[in-house]
Amino acid sequence: MRRLAAALLLTATPLIPAPIHAGEIWVTNEKDDTVSVIDTDTLEVIKTYPTGERPRGVTFSKDFRRLYICASDSDTVQVMDPDTGEILHDLPSGEDPEQFVLAPDDRHLYIANEDDAITTVVDTQSRQVVAQIDVGVEPEGMAISPDGKIAITTSETTNMAHWIDTATHKLFANTLVDSRPRHAEFTADGSQLWVSAEIGGTVTVFSVADQQELGKVHFAIAGVNDDLIQPVGFKFSPDGKRAFVALGPANHVAVVDTASYEVTNYILTGRRVWHMAWSPDQSQLFTTNGVSGDVTVIDVARETPVKSIKVGRFPWGAAMRP
Amino acid sequence: MPKTTLRRMALAAVTGIGLMPVQGLYAASVDVQVIYLRQQVVPAPVLSNLDPVPEDLGIAGANLALAEVAATGKFLGETYALTVIDVPPDGDFAAATREALAGAGLVLVDATAAELLAVADTPEAADKLLFNVASGDEALRSADCRANLLHTIPEDGARTDALMQVLAAKRWSKLALITGPKAADLVYADHLRRSAAKFGLTLVGEKAWSFDTDLRRAATVELPPFTQDLPDHDVLLVADETDDFGRYVENNTWLPRPVAGSEGMEPLGWTHVMEQWGAVQLQNRFEETAGRDMQSRDYAAWAAIRAIGEAVIRTGSADPATLRSYMLSDTFKLDGFKGRGLSFRHWNGQMRQPIAVANARALVTLAPVEGFLHQRNETDTLGLDEPESQCHAFTE
Repeated sequence: MRRLAAALLLTATPLIPAPIHAGEIWVTNEKDDTVSVIDTDTLEVIKTYPTGERPRGVTFSKDFRRLYICASDSDTVQVMDPDTGEILHDLPSGEDPEQFVLAPDDRHLYIANEDDAITTVVDTQSRQVVAQIDVGVEPEGMAISPDGKIAITTSETTNMAHWIDTATHKLFANTLVDSRPRHAEFTADGSQLWVSAEIGGTVTVFSVADQQELGKVHFAIAGVNDDLIQPVGFKFSPDGKRAFVALGPANHVAVVDTASYEVTNYILTGRRVWHMAWSPDQSQLFTTNGVSGDVTVIDVARETPVKSIKVGRFPWGAAMRP
Repeated sequence: MPKTTLRRMALAAVTGIGLMPVQGLYAASVDVQVIYLRQQVVPAPVLSNLDPVPEDLGIAGANLALAEVAATGKFLGETYALTVIDVPPDGDFAAATREALAGAGLVLVDATAAELLAVADTPEAADKLLFNVASGDEALRSADCRANLLHTIPEDGARTDALMQVLAAKRWSKLALITGPKAADLVYADHLRRSAAKFGLTLVGEKAWSFDTDLRRAATVELPPFTQDLPDHDVLLVADETDDFGRYVENNTWLPRPVAGSEGMEPLGWTHVMEQWGAVQLQNRFEETAGRDMQSRDYAAWAAIRAIGEAVIRTGSADPATLRSYMLSDTFKLDGFKGRGLSFRHWNGQMRQPIAVANARALVTLAPVEGFLHQRNETDTLGLDEPESQCHAFTE
C-alpha cells in the first residue's frame, strides 16, 4: 500500500526530483508593504504578496494554514492564507502593533502596541479583543511561556520586562533590563527568560520561577565599536545548547553557549540584522537584514553564512512553514 | 520677585496601574524634583515670519521626558515632578536662580553661556546638578567648564565637525562662506573654518553679509551678483544662526551650488526628519503632546530628564552627587533614538551624541560618519576631545 502511494506520487510529479514539500521562509518587508516567500531548497524568492502598511511581526498558526502579520501602520493584524496570499480578514489589534506571540493554545495572540503602551490579547477565533494590559512606554518584544501561563512584554523606553499572568491578564512582576529591550524568549523547558537590550548591548537571563537575574550575555567584536553592537532578535537552537543573537548594525549574529552565557562565535550577516527563522530541518538559519534589504542564510552546523537573498525594502520579521 | 512669573507644572506620576515593586531592587520610594529655569529672550528681528520660535521650545521636550520617566517610575515606586520657572526678558534672573536652587537638586537651565555660569557659580548650586539645554558655547566645555554643569545640547563645534565629516566623505572639498553680522554668526563661522581645517577641506572664499534690504522682494536680484565674485566652490556655507537671511540664499546663488551650514544641509542635535532608530515613535509622542515638531532644544531638555530618569532607575537615588557620578561612569548609557547609546564625556560633562546632518526633507546622514575613527568612541570625533578641552573641573 505504501509502495503504491509512493508510485502514484512519482507518476504525478515525474519532473520534480526535489522533496514534494520544500520549506518556506516568510519575510515581512517593512518599507515595501509586502511579504517575500523564500524556498529553503532553492534559496530563491518564489513569491511576493502585498500586505497592509509597515508589516513587522509575523507568525504562523500551528497547522501553518494561517499567517498572522502585524501591519503596524494599518493598526491591524492581518490573517493571510499562505497558499494564495489572500488576506482573509483583519484582527482588532490595538494601535500600532509591532510584535506578537501566538499562545500555545493556538488561539490567543498577545500583541505589543508600540505607540499606546498597551499589550492587547486577541482571540483569533472570535476575532475579539479579550484584554488590554497597561505596560511601559513603547512595548516591543513579546514572549509566552511553553505552558502558556506567563506572557512577557518588553518596553523599549521603560527598560523593563513586564510579566503577565495569562489567567488574570495582570502584571505580577516587572524586571529592569538594560537600555531599549527588544526581544524576549523563554527557553524550551520554560525555566529561563532571555531578554535582549539593543542600546545596553546585552542579553539578560532571568530565572522564571522567581524572576531573578541569572546572568548577562556581553558581546565584543574586534574592529566594531562597542555602541554599534546592538542585540535584537534571537533564537535558541533546537537542542537548546546555543542561542543565535542578531546584533543589528554590528552586522553579525553571535552564537552564545546557553550554559555559560559566553559567546563562542560571530557570524557575518547583511547590514542591520534583525530577526531570524529556522529552516524546517533546522540546518539553516535565515536572518533578516534591514538596511541591506536581504536575508542571510547561515549553515548552522558550520556556523557560517552561505548565501544572501535579496528581498524587499527593510526586511524585518521571519517565519517558517514546512 | 515682582517681575518673575512662575509657572508650575507638576506632573503627577501616571495613574492607572497599582504600584508594583521591581524584583530584587530597593523598596524605598524615590521622589525626584526637577526644575526648568528659563531666561526668556526677545527674539532678534528676522526677515521672514515663516518659522517663529515656539514659545514652549525646550519646555515641551522636558514635559515629554517627564511623562516617560514617570511612566517607568510608577513600576518602581518613583515619582517625578517638573517645575518651570520662566523669567521674562526683563525679569530678575538672579532671584529666579536662587528660587530654583532652593526648590530642587536637579535644574535644567535654558539661558545664555554667561547666565549659565552665573547659575553654576551661585553658592547654593555647589551641591546641585545643572544641565545646559540651550548653549553650544565652546568655553563652557573647556576653560569655563563647571563640575556641577552637564551639557545635553551639542557644542557648536560638534555640529560643524559633523557637517565637515559629511562633506569630506563626499569629497566636496572646496568651500565658500557667507557670514552674517551677528555675534552668533561670527562664532559659528569660526567653528566652520576650524572644522573645515580639521577635516582637510579648503575655504576658498568668504563674504560678510552686509545687506539691509528686504530680501523677500529682492533675493533673486541681489544674491546672484553678491555670490558672483566668490572663487569656484563645491558648497556654499552660510553662517546665519538667528535664521535671518539664510533662507534666501539657496537657489539664488550665481553658481548652481548646494548650501550648507545654518541653511540647506544643516548639522543639528535633532530634526523632525529623523525616521530611523525608533525616532518616529519619539516624534509621534512629542507631536501628540506639543502639537509641533521636535527641535534641538526640545531634544536637549528631553535628553537631560531622560538621563536623570535612567540614573535614578539604576541607582535608586535622587541625590545629585550620586546621579552625577553614575552619569559620568562607563556604565551609563541612554537610548536617545539616534542609533547609538548616549553617554557623558568624563572630561567636560558634554553628552556624547550623534549629530543629524539633514535638509528640510530628509536626513542626509548621521555623524559620526563611517570611516572617521577614534580610539575610544567614534562619536568623540565630534567636538572637543579630551586632549583639546581645557576643562579641569571634572578631574579634581
